Amino acid sequence: MEHHEGKPKRTSRRNFLGQALTAAGTAIAAPTLLNQATAAKEARSMQSPEGEMAITLMVNGEMRSLTIEPRVTLLDALRERLELTGSKKGCDHGQCGACTVLIDGQRVYSCLSLAVMQEGKEIVTIEGLAKGDVLHPVQAAFIDNDGFQCGYCTPGQICASVALLDEIKRGCASSVTSDLNRPPQLGELSEAEIKERLSGNLCRCSAYNGIVAAVQQAAGQTPPSAAASMMVTEAQEMPA
Amino acid sequence: MNKFSYIRATSVNDAVQRASTDKDALFIAGGTNLVDRMKVFLDEPSQLIDISRLQMQRIEPIAGGGLRIGALVSNTAVADYPDVRRNYPMLSRAILSGASQQIRNVASVGGNLLQRTRCSYYYDTAFPCNKREPGSSCPAATGINRMHALFGASDQCLAVHPSDMCVPLAALDAIVEVEGPKGKRQIPFTEFHRLPGDTPQLDANLETGELITAVVVPPVPFAKSGVYLKLRDRASYAFALISVAAAVDLAGDSIKDARIAMGGVAHKPWRPTEAEKFLIGKSANAETFQQAAEIALQGAKPLTHNSFKVELAKRAIKRSLTVSAKGGGVI
Repeated sequence: MEHHEGKPKRTSRRNFLGQALTAAGTAIAAPTLLNQATAAKEARSMQSPEGEMAITLMVNGEMRSLTIEPRVTLLDALRERLELTGSKKGCDHGQCGACTVLIDGQRVYSCLSLAVMQEGKEIVTIEGLAKGDVLHPVQAAFIDNDGFQCGYCTPGQICASVALLDEIKRGCASSVTSDLNRPPQLGELSEAEIKERLSGNLCRCSAYNGIVAAVQQAAGQTPPSAAASMMVTEAQEMPA
Repeated sequence: MNKFSYIRATSVNDAVQRASTDKDALFIAGGTNLVDRMKVFLDEPSQLIDISRLQMQRIEPIAGGGLRIGALVSNTAVADYPDVRRNYPMLSRAILSGASQQIRNVASVGGNLLQRTRCSYYYDTAFPCNKREPGSSCPAATGINRMHALFGASDQCLAVHPSDMCVPLAALDAIVEVEGPKGKRQIPFTEFHRLPGDTPQLDANLETGELITAVVVPPVPFAKSGVYLKLRDRASYAFALISVAAAVDLAGDSIKDARIAMGGVAHKPWRPTEAEKFLIGKSANAETFQQAAEIALQGAKPLTHNSFKVELAKRAIKRSLTVSAKGGGVI
């Protein structure tokens, strides 16, 4: 992965832009520094005359230091300062879900979050899901089930789906849950539940059938094949 | 966004003091509405006072019944709180029908109350708007107004309050606890938000520097059968055209008490109290519920494009009362 320690190893267009905007974020090695950083944050939360603040974010298990204005969103900090361009800027107004990341295990729109407010929290982006070359099961399920076409919304869809499955394990309800006191288990997670729970992520290629199938697979269910799923949908849409 | 300074408040008192001495400062908690507004320059604060780490993050049972919900509890945490699911399902369902999981995970209870209208003229700075720039005029009066108010509007502003969560909180007679430079006070939920009148720039009856610290939900035993019905242009992740929170208290076939609140129809959650009074002592049947719906919509003042909302609201009320009388559940 590109975001390992120190300076970028190659100069790509993105690296150049990142360096041009500000000094590239420098990685500090150990996550154990998190507590020290949190303890020191009040002292360091001083704004420079230019209005910038030196902050430390924990992203994908690494401490990343950066100097930014408080008006920088987490999405822009990730993409433009920390060279983590997996999280995408779609609408930039919390309507499309392409920027979805996990903060302390919960899914969040990074475009509506200010980076300076995220100190001391654990941020996981799409780049942090795989273990080396081994894909996260949800990533693998998206590939297995054609859960995308152009791929632009996919990092957000995958982060949202990872959180969705965790929410099911924690017993979270949705607006289509028939009994609030007995929310669905993974094995009984219906298509209607999945669609409602992913309604904060849009796909303009409309790969929704594949996305639903991917979540079903990651939930331990046996999804229909993408082709079969498409045929079923078409058949349902045929006039009687 | 404009440039602003940023400070983390160390206590409620610290936050209140800072806000009291800088009229251009704003509190930020979840920021899901505020950051969005700042991006389009609807808000240009001098400083953001980050209250998100203050100790207002708990839901506590109150002796004798009811719940005190800290202002910083996330919308998700309220919706999934076991006592809310069990005893106030209309509150759970209203929250779950609003926004998306990503928003609800971050959005706070206090912030939900203070989110601003999604009137497209308010959001579009190419248009005048009395809420944004007092005295500049209201384009919705002669423009596209299908999303706008049926009740309580003025010639200055036709906007509606966008919250789902606030609709059941109005029906439940919740209380908003605030702390300000002059101390603490409690505001009945139905008096928290205000009608636009001649000052549409003000959404709530809050004084400068006042901070919402909690929302208290009183015990309402028959709220167990309460329902929330939301009607909108798409099935999910959209604001309400009409929403209804309703609960019916039955003794056999006879109605002992009833609560109705509507969303999407006014500058605040709308309680048709005459319809509630009408229901008491009547038998729970379709005719009674139809009459209650007719009473609830008396005095509605539809605009050029939203007259459909009158019939839609009547049907939504009738259906909500019917489902609640049968014990509630998902609509």
